[in-house]
Amino acid sequence: MSFRLSYRADPGNPWFSWQYLRDNSDTLVAALRDHASLTARAVLIAALIAVPLAVVAYWFRPLAGPILAFTGVLYTIPSLALFAFIAPYLGIGTVTVLTVVVLYALLVIVRNTVAGLTQVPPEVREAAEGMGYGRWGRLFRIELPLALPGILTGLRLATVSTVALVTVGVVVGRGGLGQVIFAGFQNNFYKAQIMAGTLLCVLLALVLDLILAGLGRLLTPWLTRRSS
Amino acid sequence: MSVIEQAIVWLNDPLNWTNPGGVLDRLGEHLILSAAAVALGCLVAWPIGLWLGHTGRAGGLVVLVANVTLAIPTLALLTILPLTFLGFGRPSVIVALAVFALPPLLANAYTGVRQADPEARDAARGMGLSGWQVLRQVELPLAVPYLAAGFRTAAVQVVATAALASFVNGGGLGQIIRAGFGLDIAAGGGQILAGGVLVAALAMLVEVVLALVERAVTPRAVRAARRGANRRAADAVAGG
Repeated sequence: MSFRLSYRADPGNPWFSWQYLRDNSDTLVAALRDHASLTARAVLIAALIAVPLAVVAYWFRPLAGPILAFTGVLYTIPSLALFAFIAPYLGIGTVTVLTVVVLYALLVIVRNTVAGLTQVPPEVREAAEGMGYGRWGRLFRIELPLALPGILTGLRLATVSTVALVTVGVVVGRGGLGQVIFAGFQNNFYKAQIMAGTLLCVLLALVLDLILAGLGRLLTPWLTRRSS
Repeated sequence: MSVIEQAIVWLNDPLNWTNPGGVLDRLGEHLILSAAAVALGCLVAWPIGLWLGHTGRAGGLVVLVANVTLAIPTLALLTILPLTFLGFGRPSVIVALAVFALPPLLANAYTGVRQADPEARDAARGMGLSGWQVLRQVELPLAVPYLAAGFRTAAVQVVATAALASFVNGGGLGQIIRAGFGLDIAAGGGQILAGGVLVAALAMLVEVVLALVERAVTPRAVRAARRGANRRAADAVAGG
Protein backbone atom coordinates (compact mmCIF):
# COMPACT_ATOMS: atom_id res chain seq x y z
CA MET A 1 0.00 0.00 0.00
CA SER A 2 1.34 3.43 -0.82
CA PHE A 3 0.27 6.60 0.87
CA ARG A 4 -0.29 9.90 -0.86
CA LEU A 5 1.31 12.69 1.10
CA SER A 6 1.26 16.41 0.69
CA TYR A 7 4.53 18.22 1.26
CA ARG A 8 3.53 21.85 1.57
CA ALA A 9 5.88 22.20 4.51
CA ASP A 10 5.99 25.08 6.92
CA PRO A 11 9.17 27.04 6.43
CA GLY A 12 11.90 26.00 8.82
CA ASN A 13 10.92 22.33 9.07
CA PRO A 14 9.32 22.42 12.56
CA TRP A 15 8.87 19.30 14.74
CA PHE A 16 5.14 19.78 14.84
CA SER A 17 2.81 21.37 12.33
CA TRP A 18 -0.97 21.67 12.36
CA GLN A 19 -0.79 22.57 8.71
CA TYR A 20 0.75 19.19 7.97
CA LEU A 21 -1.84 17.32 10.05
CA ARG A 22 -4.71 19.15 8.27
CA ASP A 23 -3.34 18.59 4.78
CA ASN A 24 -2.64 14.91 5.33
CA SER A 25 -5.41 13.85 7.68
CA ASP A 26 -6.79 11.31 5.16
CA THR A 27 -3.43 9.62 4.73
CA LEU A 28 -2.66 9.63 8.43
CA VAL A 29 -6.04 8.14 9.31
CA ALA A 30 -5.60 5.45 6.65
CA ALA A 31 -2.15 4.58 8.00
CA LEU A 32 -3.45 4.59 11.57
CA ARG A 33 -6.33 2.27 10.60
CA ASP A 34 -3.93 -0.03 8.77
CA HIS A 35 -1.64 -0.11 11.81
CA ALA A 36 -4.47 -0.76 14.26
CA SER A 37 -5.96 -3.54 12.15
CA LEU A 38 -2.57 -5.24 11.70
CA THR A 39 -1.99 -5.06 15.46
CA ALA A 40 -5.45 -6.35 16.35
CA ARG A 41 -5.27 -9.25 13.91
CA ALA A 42 -1.76 -10.17 15.05
CA VAL A 43 -2.59 -10.18 18.76
CA LEU A 44 -5.78 -12.15 18.13
CA ILE A 45 -3.99 -14.82 16.10
CA ALA A 46 -1.13 -14.93 18.61
CA ALA A 47 -3.58 -15.40 21.48
CA LEU A 48 -5.41 -18.19 19.63
CA ILE A 49 -2.09 -20.04 19.24
CA ALA A 50 -0.44 -19.10 22.52
CA VAL A 51 -3.21 -19.86 25.02
CA PRO A 52 -3.71 -23.48 23.83
CA LEU A 53 0.09 -23.87 23.80
CA ALA A 54 0.21 -22.64 27.39
CA VAL A 55 -2.57 -25.07 28.38
CA VAL A 56 -0.60 -27.93 26.81
CA ALA A 57 2.49 -26.81 28.73
CA TYR A 58 0.39 -26.69 31.92
CA TRP A 59 -1.20 -30.12 31.46
CA PHE A 60 1.88 -31.96 30.30
CA ARG A 61 4.71 -30.64 32.48
CA PRO A 62 7.52 -32.31 30.47
CA LEU A 63 6.44 -30.23 27.45
CA ALA A 64 6.60 -26.93 29.36
CA GLY A 65 10.39 -26.64 29.00
CA PRO A 66 10.50 -27.25 25.22
CA ILE A 67 7.51 -24.96 24.53
CA LEU A 68 9.00 -22.07 26.53
CA ALA A 69 12.43 -22.68 25.00
CA PHE A 70 11.03 -22.71 21.46
CA THR A 71 9.12 -19.45 21.87
CA GLY A 72 12.18 -18.03 23.63
CA VAL A 73 14.41 -18.80 20.65
CA LEU A 74 11.87 -17.18 18.31
CA TYR A 75 12.03 -14.14 20.55
CA THR A 76 15.84 -13.96 20.42
CA ILE A 77 15.91 -13.87 16.61
CA PRO A 78 16.19 -10.21 15.60
CA SER A 79 13.02 -8.90 13.96
CA LEU A 80 14.78 -7.94 10.74
CA ALA A 81 16.25 -11.45 10.47
CA LEU A 82 12.79 -12.94 10.97
CA PHE A 83 11.55 -10.77 8.09
CA ALA A 84 14.52 -12.00 6.06
CA PHE A 85 13.62 -15.65 6.76
CA ILE A 86 9.96 -15.27 5.91
CA ALA A 87 9.82 -12.71 3.09
CA PRO A 88 11.48 -14.92 0.43
CA TYR A 89 8.68 -17.47 0.95
CA LEU A 90 5.60 -15.41 1.75
CA GLY A 91 6.54 -12.47 -0.44
CA ILE A 92 6.17 -8.75 0.12
CA GLY A 93 3.03 -7.77 1.97
CA THR A 94 0.61 -8.17 4.82
CA VAL A 95 1.01 -11.92 5.39
CA THR A 96 4.73 -11.55 6.03
CA VAL A 97 4.27 -8.70 8.51
CA LEU A 98 1.52 -10.58 10.34
CA THR A 99 3.56 -13.78 10.56
CA VAL A 100 6.61 -12.04 12.02
CA VAL A 101 4.60 -10.05 14.53
CA VAL A 102 2.60 -13.09 15.63
CA LEU A 103 5.76 -15.16 16.18
CA TYR A 104 7.11 -12.37 18.38
CA ALA A 105 3.94 -12.01 20.44
CA LEU A 106 3.79 -15.75 21.19
CA LEU A 107 6.46 -15.80 23.90
CA VAL A 108 4.99 -13.04 26.05
CA ILE A 109 1.49 -14.52 25.96
CA VAL A 110 2.59 -18.13 26.51
CA ARG A 111 4.83 -17.19 29.41
CA ASN A 112 2.25 -15.08 31.18
CA THR A 113 -0.56 -17.59 30.62
CA VAL A 114 1.55 -20.42 32.04
CA ALA A 115 2.39 -18.19 35.01
CA GLY A 116 -1.32 -17.43 35.49
CA LEU A 117 -2.32 -21.10 35.29
CA THR A 118 0.33 -22.29 37.72
CA GLN A 119 -0.78 -19.67 40.23
CA VAL A 120 -4.18 -21.35 40.60
CA PRO A 121 -4.13 -22.56 44.22
CA PRO A 122 -3.96 -26.36 44.56
CA GLU A 123 -6.86 -26.30 47.07
CA VAL A 124 -9.11 -24.74 44.42
CA ARG A 125 -8.06 -27.35 41.90
CA GLU A 126 -8.72 -30.18 44.35
CA ALA A 127 -12.06 -28.72 45.37
CA ALA A 128 -13.10 -28.56 41.71
CA GLU A 129 -12.01 -32.15 41.22
CA GLY A 130 -14.00 -33.19 44.28
CA MET A 131 -17.08 -31.44 42.88
CA GLY A 132 -16.83 -33.69 39.83
CA TYR A 133 -15.30 -31.34 37.27
CA GLY A 134 -13.49 -33.15 34.48
CA ARG A 135 -10.26 -31.91 32.95
CA TRP A 136 -11.99 -29.66 30.38
CA GLY A 137 -14.72 -28.42 32.69
CA ARG A 138 -12.12 -27.50 35.26
CA LEU A 139 -10.05 -25.70 32.61
CA PHE A 140 -12.87 -23.54 31.26
CA ARG A 141 -14.84 -22.97 34.48
CA ILE A 142 -12.07 -22.72 37.06
CA GLU A 143 -8.51 -22.49 35.84
CA LEU A 144 -8.71 -20.17 32.82
CA PRO A 145 -10.92 -17.62 34.64
CA LEU A 146 -8.49 -17.62 37.56
CA ALA A 147 -5.57 -17.25 35.15
CA LEU A 148 -7.21 -14.27 33.42
CA PRO A 149 -5.05 -11.61 35.13
CA GLY A 150 -1.93 -13.37 33.84
CA ILE A 151 -3.37 -13.81 30.36
CA LEU A 152 -4.38 -10.14 30.22
CA THR A 153 -0.93 -9.01 31.34
CA GLY A 154 0.50 -11.06 28.50
CA LEU A 155 -1.97 -9.61 26.00
CA ARG A 156 -1.21 -6.05 27.10
CA LEU A 157 2.56 -6.48 26.82
CA ALA A 158 2.12 -8.24 23.48
CA THR A 159 -0.14 -5.47 22.15
CA VAL A 160 2.16 -2.63 23.13
CA SER A 161 5.25 -4.29 21.68
CA THR A 162 3.33 -5.30 18.55
CA VAL A 163 2.37 -1.69 17.85
CA ALA A 164 6.05 -0.79 17.96
CA LEU A 165 7.13 -3.82 15.94
CA VAL A 166 4.67 -3.33 13.07
CA THR A 167 6.70 -0.28 12.03
CA VAL A 168 9.55 -2.61 11.05
CA GLY A 169 7.17 -3.86 8.34
CA VAL A 170 8.49 -0.91 6.34
CA VAL A 171 11.05 -3.36 5.02
CA VAL A 172 8.28 -5.13 3.08
CA GLY A 173 6.27 -1.99 2.45
CA ARG A 174 3.50 -2.67 4.98
CA GLY A 175 4.56 -0.86 8.12
CA GLY A 176 1.35 1.06 8.86
CA LEU A 177 2.45 4.26 10.58
CA GLY A 178 6.03 3.12 9.99
CA GLN A 179 5.48 3.99 6.33
CA VAL A 180 4.61 7.55 7.36
CA ILE A 181 7.67 7.86 9.62
CA PHE A 182 10.00 6.39 7.04
CA ALA A 183 8.60 8.43 4.16
CA GLY A 184 9.10 11.55 6.28
CA PHE A 185 12.74 10.62 6.81
CA GLN A 186 13.30 9.99 3.12
CA ASN A 187 11.57 13.17 1.97
CA ASN A 188 14.19 15.67 3.06
CA PHE A 189 13.89 14.71 6.73
CA TYR A 190 10.44 16.20 7.13
CA LYS A 191 10.30 16.46 10.92
CA ALA A 192 6.58 17.20 11.26
CA GLN A 193 5.73 13.98 9.44
CA ILE A 194 8.16 11.80 11.42
CA MET A 195 6.81 13.25 14.65
CA ALA A 196 3.18 12.82 13.61
CA GLY A 197 3.77 9.14 12.79
CA THR A 198 5.63 8.57 16.05
CA LEU A 199 3.05 10.29 18.23
CA LEU A 200 0.19 8.38 16.59
CA CYS A 201 2.10 5.15 17.18
CA VAL A 202 2.67 5.83 20.87
CA LEU A 203 -0.94 7.04 21.26
CA LEU A 204 -2.26 3.89 19.59
CA ALA A 205 -0.22 1.72 21.97
CA LEU A 206 -1.51 3.71 24.95
CA VAL A 207 -5.16 3.56 23.85
CA LEU A 208 -5.07 -0.18 23.10
CA ASP A 209 -3.37 -0.79 26.45
CA LEU A 210 -6.07 1.19 28.27
CA ILE A 211 -8.82 -0.68 26.41
CA LEU A 212 -7.34 -4.02 27.42
CA ALA A 213 -6.89 -2.82 31.01
CA GLY A 214 -10.57 -1.78 31.07
CA LEU A 215 -11.57 -5.12 29.58
CA GLY A 216 -9.57 -6.83 32.30
CA ARG A 217 -11.46 -4.95 35.02
CA LEU A 218 -14.77 -5.95 33.46
CA LEU A 219 -13.77 -9.59 33.15
CA THR A 220 -12.31 -9.93 36.65
CA PRO A 221 -14.73 -7.99 38.89
CA TRP A 222 -13.63 -9.98 41.95
CA LEU A 223 -10.16 -8.39 41.83
CA THR A 224 -11.43 -4.80 41.95
CA ARG A 225 -13.89 -5.67 44.72
CA ARG A 226 -11.14 -7.20 46.79
CA SER A 227 -8.81 -4.22 46.49
CA SER A 228 -11.46 -1.58 47.20
CA MET B 1 17.60 -22.68 -7.74
CA SER B 2 15.78 -22.44 -4.41
CA VAL B 3 16.23 -19.51 -2.08
CA ILE B 4 18.22 -21.61 0.35
CA GLU B 5 20.65 -22.67 -2.39
CA GLN B 6 20.98 -19.03 -3.45
CA ALA B 7 21.77 -18.09 0.16
CA ILE B 8 24.44 -20.79 0.39
CA VAL B 9 25.99 -19.61 -2.87
CA TRP B 10 25.96 -16.03 -1.60
CA LEU B 11 27.62 -17.00 1.68
CA ASN B 12 30.26 -19.05 -0.20
CA ASP B 13 31.37 -16.17 -2.39
CA PRO B 14 34.53 -14.82 -0.73
CA LEU B 15 34.02 -11.41 -2.33
CA ASN B 16 30.75 -11.01 -0.44
CA TRP B 17 32.81 -11.24 2.73
CA THR B 18 35.90 -9.18 1.89
CA ASN B 19 34.50 -6.47 -0.42
CA PRO B 20 34.10 -2.97 0.99
CA GLY B 21 30.65 -3.12 2.57
CA GLY B 22 30.94 -6.91 2.71
CA VAL B 23 30.13 -9.15 5.66
CA LEU B 24 33.38 -8.44 7.54
CA ASP B 25 32.95 -4.67 7.28
CA ARG B 26 29.31 -4.88 8.33
CA LEU B 27 30.11 -7.24 11.19
CA GLY B 28 32.71 -4.78 12.48
CA GLU B 29 30.23 -1.90 12.30
CA HIS B 30 27.56 -4.01 13.99
CA LEU B 31 29.86 -4.88 16.88
CA ILE B 32 31.13 -1.31 17.33
CA LEU B 33 27.60 0.13 17.33
CA SER B 34 26.35 -2.53 19.76
CA ALA B 35 29.30 -2.31 22.13
CA ALA B 36 29.12 1.48 22.29
CA ALA B 37 25.35 1.40 22.87
CA VAL B 38 25.56 -1.19 25.66
CA ALA B 39 28.45 0.70 27.29
CA LEU B 40 26.47 3.95 27.17
CA GLY B 41 23.41 2.16 28.56
CA CYS B 42 25.42 0.71 31.46
CA LEU B 43 27.00 4.08 32.20
CA VAL B 44 23.56 5.68 32.55
CA ALA B 45 21.42 2.86 33.94
CA TRP B 46 23.67 1.15 36.47
CA PRO B 47 24.44 4.13 38.73
CA ILE B 48 20.77 5.18 38.70
CA GLY B 49 19.46 1.63 39.21
CA LEU B 50 21.92 0.88 42.02
CA TRP B 51 21.19 4.15 43.78
CA LEU B 52 17.41 3.77 43.48
CA GLY B 53 17.71 0.21 44.77
CA HIS B 54 19.89 1.39 47.67
CA THR B 55 17.44 4.07 48.75
CA GLY B 56 14.47 1.80 47.95
CA ARG B 57 12.64 4.66 46.27
CA ALA B 58 11.09 5.11 42.85
CA GLY B 59 10.51 1.46 42.04
CA GLY B 60 7.59 2.75 39.98
CA LEU B 61 9.99 4.83 37.89
CA VAL B 62 11.84 1.68 36.82
CA VAL B 63 8.60 0.08 35.64
CA LEU B 64 7.56 3.30 33.91
CA VAL B 65 10.82 3.50 31.93
CA ALA B 66 10.37 -0.13 30.88
CA ASN B 67 6.80 0.43 29.70
CA VAL B 68 7.46 3.69 27.87
CA THR B 69 10.45 2.35 25.93
CA LEU B 70 8.35 -0.68 25.00
CA ALA B 71 5.87 1.58 23.24
CA ILE B 72 8.39 3.69 21.29
CA PRO B 73 9.08 2.23 17.85
CA THR B 74 12.79 1.73 17.16
CA LEU B 75 12.26 3.19 13.71
CA ALA B 76 10.98 6.44 15.26
CA LEU B 77 14.04 6.93 17.47
CA LEU B 78 16.40 6.04 14.64
CA THR B 79 14.82 8.64 12.36
CA ILE B 80 14.28 11.35 14.98
CA LEU B 81 17.68 11.41 16.70
CA PRO B 82 19.77 12.22 13.59
CA LEU B 83 17.68 15.39 13.18
CA THR B 84 18.52 16.63 16.68
CA PHE B 85 21.83 18.07 17.87
CA LEU B 86 23.36 14.58 17.66
CA GLY B 87 23.50 14.85 13.88
CA PHE B 88 23.76 12.14 11.27
CA GLY B 89 26.10 9.22 11.78
CA ARG B 90 27.10 6.90 14.55
CA PRO B 91 26.36 8.95 17.68
CA SER B 92 22.63 9.16 16.96
CA VAL B 93 22.37 5.44 16.15
CA ILE B 94 24.28 4.55 19.32
CA VAL B 95 22.04 6.72 21.50
CA ALA B 96 18.91 5.23 19.90
CA LEU B 97 20.14 1.70 20.59
CA ALA B 98 21.20 2.61 24.14
CA VAL B 99 17.65 3.74 24.92
CA PHE B 100 16.46 0.18 24.32
CA ALA B 101 19.22 -1.21 26.55
CA LEU B 102 18.06 0.89 29.51
CA PRO B 103 15.04 -1.11 30.82
CA PRO B 104 16.75 -4.47 31.43
CA LEU B 105 19.87 -2.78 32.86
CA LEU B 106 17.86 -0.51 35.14
CA ALA B 107 15.39 -3.17 36.31
CA ASN B 108 18.09 -5.73 37.11
CA ALA B 109 20.35 -3.23 38.90
CA TYR B 110 17.37 -2.14 40.99
CA THR B 111 16.23 -5.69 41.79
CA GLY B 112 19.83 -6.77 42.42
CA VAL B 113 20.28 -4.27 45.23
CA ARG B 114 16.76 -4.72 46.60
CA GLN B 115 17.13 -8.48 46.96
CA ALA B 116 20.37 -8.20 48.97
CA ASP B 117 19.89 -10.03 52.26
CA PRO B 118 18.51 -7.47 54.75
CA GLU B 119 20.50 -9.18 57.51
CA ALA B 120 23.76 -8.60 55.64
CA ARG B 121 22.75 -4.98 55.19
CA ASP B 122 21.87 -4.58 58.87
CA ALA B 123 25.09 -6.27 59.95
CA ALA B 124 27.08 -3.89 57.75
CA ARG B 125 25.28 -0.91 59.25
CA GLY B 126 25.83 -2.29 62.74
CA MET B 127 29.55 -2.46 61.99
CA GLY B 128 29.41 1.28 61.36
CA LEU B 129 29.51 1.38 57.58
CA SER B 130 28.07 4.49 55.97
CA GLY B 131 25.32 4.28 53.35
CA TRP B 132 27.83 4.67 50.56
CA GLN B 133 30.07 1.93 52.03
CA VAL B 134 27.11 -0.43 52.42
CA LEU B 135 26.30 0.08 48.75
CA ARG B 136 29.90 -0.42 47.60
CA GLN B 137 31.01 -3.24 49.88
CA VAL B 138 27.84 -5.23 50.55
CA GLU B 139 25.03 -4.55 48.11
CA LEU B 140 27.09 -4.15 44.95
CA PRO B 141 28.91 -7.51 45.24
CA LEU B 142 25.61 -9.23 46.01
CA ALA B 143 24.01 -7.60 42.96
CA VAL B 144 26.68 -8.74 40.49
CA PRO B 145 24.74 -11.79 39.20
CA TYR B 146 21.74 -9.56 38.54
CA LEU B 147 23.88 -6.97 36.79
CA ALA B 148 25.22 -9.77 34.59
CA ALA B 149 21.71 -10.99 33.79
CA GLY B 150 20.63 -7.46 32.85
CA PHE B 151 23.77 -6.99 30.78
CA ARG B 152 23.04 -10.16 28.83
CA THR B 153 19.41 -9.23 28.11
CA ALA B 154 20.42 -5.72 27.11
CA ALA B 155 23.31 -6.84 24.90
CA VAL B 156 21.21 -9.40 23.01
CA GLN B 157 18.47 -6.84 22.52
CA VAL B 158 20.91 -4.20 21.26
CA VAL B 159 22.59 -6.62 18.84
CA ALA B 160 19.14 -7.52 17.51
CA THR B 161 18.00 -3.90 17.26
CA ALA B 162 21.25 -2.76 15.64
CA ALA B 163 20.10 -4.59 12.51
CA LEU B 164 17.46 -1.87 12.16
CA ALA B 165 20.15 0.83 11.93
CA SER B 166 20.23 -0.07 8.23
CA PHE B 167 16.93 1.82 7.80
CA VAL B 168 18.83 5.07 8.24
CA ASN B 169 21.96 3.79 6.53
CA GLY B 170 23.62 3.43 9.92
CA GLY B 171 25.66 0.37 8.95
CA GLY B 172 25.70 -3.07 10.54
CA LEU B 173 24.69 -6.47 9.23
CA GLY B 174 21.12 -5.32 8.60
CA GLN B 175 22.54 -3.42 5.65
CA ILE B 176 22.99 -6.74 3.80
CA ILE B 177 19.31 -7.62 4.26
CA ARG B 178 18.18 -4.17 3.20
CA ALA B 179 20.35 -4.32 0.10
CA GLY B 180 18.77 -7.68 -0.71
CA PHE B 181 15.28 -6.23 -0.43
CA GLY B 182 16.47 -3.42 -2.68
CA LEU B 183 17.27 -5.99 -5.38
CA ASP B 184 13.71 -7.39 -5.20
CA ILE B 185 12.83 -10.80 -3.79
CA ALA B 186 13.45 -12.81 -6.97
CA ALA B 187 17.01 -11.54 -7.42
CA GLY B 188 17.93 -10.82 -3.80
CA GLY B 189 16.13 -13.64 -1.97
CA GLY B 190 19.37 -15.52 -1.36
CA GLN B 191 21.12 -12.43 -0.05
CA ILE B 192 18.15 -11.56 2.18
CA LEU B 193 18.17 -15.04 3.68
CA ALA B 194 21.96 -15.04 4.07
CA GLY B 195 21.82 -11.68 5.85
CA GLY B 196 19.06 -12.97 8.12
CA VAL B 197 21.14 -16.03 9.02
CA LEU B 198 24.15 -13.82 9.85
CA VAL B 199 22.15 -11.44 12.04
CA ALA B 200 20.35 -14.26 13.85
CA ALA B 201 23.60 -16.22 14.33
CA LEU B 202 25.31 -13.17 15.85
CA ALA B 203 22.41 -12.62 18.28
CA MET B 204 22.43 -16.29 19.32
CA LEU B 205 26.22 -16.23 19.74
CA VAL B 206 26.08 -13.17 21.98
CA GLU B 207 23.29 -14.80 23.99
CA VAL B 208 25.27 -18.02 24.52
CA VAL B 209 28.58 -16.30 25.34
CA LEU B 210 26.98 -13.91 27.83
CA ALA B 211 24.99 -16.75 29.40
CA LEU B 212 28.34 -18.43 30.13
CA VAL B 213 29.72 -15.17 31.55
CA GLU B 214 26.63 -14.81 33.71
CA ARG B 215 27.10 -18.36 34.99
CA ALA B 216 30.73 -17.67 35.77
CA VAL B 217 30.03 -14.62 37.92
CA THR B 218 27.14 -16.25 39.79
CA PRO B 219 28.13 -18.23 42.90
CA ARG B 220 26.77 -21.78 42.75
CA ALA B 221 24.54 -21.41 45.79
CA VAL B 222 22.91 -18.32 44.32
CA ARG B 223 22.27 -19.94 40.93
CA ALA B 224 19.46 -22.25 42.00
CA ALA B 225 17.77 -19.74 44.26
CA ARG B 226 17.96 -17.01 41.67
CA ARG B 227 16.40 -18.83 38.74
CA GLY B 228 12.83 -17.89 39.70
CA ALA B 229 13.61 -14.30 40.65
CA ASN B 230 15.57 -13.70 37.47
CA ARG B 231 12.66 -14.82 35.34
CA ARG B 232 10.40 -12.36 37.13
CA ALA B 233 12.81 -9.49 36.49
CA ALA B 234 12.97 -10.48 32.84
CA ASP B 235 9.18 -10.64 32.64
CA ALA B 236 8.91 -7.05 33.73
CA VAL B 237 10.88 -5.91 30.72
CA ALA B 238 9.81 -8.44 28.11
CA GLY B 239 9.62 -6.35 24.96
CA GLY B 240 10.65 -6.23 21.31
